[in-house]
Amino acid sequence: MGNDVYVVGIDMIKFGRFPETSVSKLAAQAALGALDDAGVSIKDIQALWCGNLMQASNMVGQQLLQEIGQTGIGVVNCANACATGATAFRDAWMSIKAGIYDLVLAVGVEQMGKGLLGGAGGGKGISKEGLVGSLTMPAVFAEAGMEHSRKYGTTFAQFAKVSVKNHHHSTMNPKAMYQIETPLEAVMGAEMISYPNTKLMCSVNVDGSAAAVLCSEKKARELGLGRAVKVRASVLTSDPWQERDLVMPDVNSCTRLAAKQAYEMAGVGPDDISLVELHDCFATAELLHYENLGLCADGEAGRLIDEGETALGGRVPVNCSGGLLSKGHPLGATGIANLYEVATHLRGEADKRQVNGARFGLTHVIGLGSACAIHILEKPA
Amino acid sequence: MSDKSVEARPLPAVPFLKIPAEGSPYLEALKCGACGALYLAERVACGKCAARGGFSPTRLANRGTLYSYSIVCRSFPGIEVPYVSAIVDLEGGGTVKGNLIGVAPEPAKLSFGMPVEVVFKDALGRKDREGHSYLSYFFQPRA
Ligand SMILES: [Zn+2]
Repeated sequence: MGNDVYVVGIDMIKFGRFPETSVSKLAAQAALGALDDAGVSIKDIQALWCGNLMQASNMVGQQLLQEIGQTGIGVVNCANACATGATAFRDAWMSIKAGIYDLVLAVGVEQMGKGLLGGAGGGKGISKEGLVGSLTMPAVFAEAGMEHSRKYGTTFAQFAKVSVKNHHHSTMNPKAMYQIETPLEAVMGAEMISYPNTKLMCSVNVDGSAAAVLCSEKKARELGLGRAVKVRASVLTSDPWQERDLVMPDVNSCTRLAAKQAYEMAGVGPDDISLVELHDCFATAELLHYENLGLCADGEAGRLIDEGETALGGRVPVNCSGGLLSKGHPLGATGIANLYEVATHLRGEADKRQVNGARFGLTHVIGLGSACAIHILEKPA
Repeated sequence: MSDKSVEARPLPAVPFLKIPAEGSPYLEALKCGACGALYLAERVACGKCAARGGFSPTRLANRGTLYSYSIVCRSFPGIEVPYVSAIVDLEGGGTVKGNLIGVAPEPAKLSFGMPVEVVFKDALGRKDREGHSYLSYFFQPRA
């Protein structure tokens, strides 16, 4: 028997704003959904990885078990910026790969506030925001997008088309925060936040949770392989040194490094990938990652979005869920929610937005700072 | 005992801005003795080559070109918008981020590679809790 790792249960809640509940109760909803999907009980779970960013010092994983069953299992609470959920998933995967456990749970959860993300300055001295440039996230990702414009002539309209596409996809995803069409004029005409990112080109701050039950091949055979999704690759990288990374947080080189390793580990290439959920925290970011993930050659991302190759029905649909732009971006939950979307397609259960014949799917998240996690999943045998 | 004449001098807005007692302010990087990589703050060892050989202060040029930018139209409360957040490659090495002034914050007025110079001015009137003034750096177009 091999030592492959399978996802036998996975779920996410509909993303939204839930200020009246607690982070552990949000986590509990997804955790119970994933356990039910796997047909197992919390009493069967041997260890828990809990990803959460904003309350990372509060033992959210243990709080979760207080909500759903205090079985005494080991709990790891992890935070890794926007790669938090994917990191929890990957560490759970490693524990099975290492032969320590047969059946474990990974959860990602976040309860967000409203408003701009980014460094507000403060501390000693004076605020630096708007004095020596901007550290707000829309500006940081705008500058990364404009670097692509500099190299390849990518236009405002091409970046905006990413939002048109992802919002369109979300109209078919009942778990997305928004289900609204946003035509190109609406996207480009929305309030400018940080050129070229308008308000409709920024991810939505939402609360959310997602969870996955992972198991060994032995356990998967016991539980039934019918809907078991195989994890073909799991990779985590950080940002290697780059000439401008003192002032431009680099989301490209860590993604390229992770993609290369993930394709090698999975034994597949970009042409084998049926769908991708990638980190579209801002519309500008999505185009960069087409090239970083090898979905096209360098400089071709603008053409890809123009020709609809990454839209549902295209050559390699990207962010069928609606992406962070429309489904929403609850930081710590995002990594596992991406895995949920891809697993749902591989199981043939994505309903109106189903990518037909999906065999391999890739998930990608970036935590600025930077962390990149990529997973490649394969459809049930 | 405080020396009022010293207190009246502005403080640097960022640690890599140096204000000598004599002469003009300038930006200063730290250069890895092994590989030449530049940093704007101290590091234990070099992020690029991991050498522990130490760093030497290097004065950065006051001229450069616009590498990338964003026009910031919404920021935190109290921050005046719009403004241009610019990434500038300096002549002789080093990349610095700052506000680009002296040009309308419009895409049509900005071009990649446009020549800019570093100028030093008061930090937009911002003062710390003790009331100190600060000197900051800005980029502006040059001919
Ligand atoms: Zn070095």
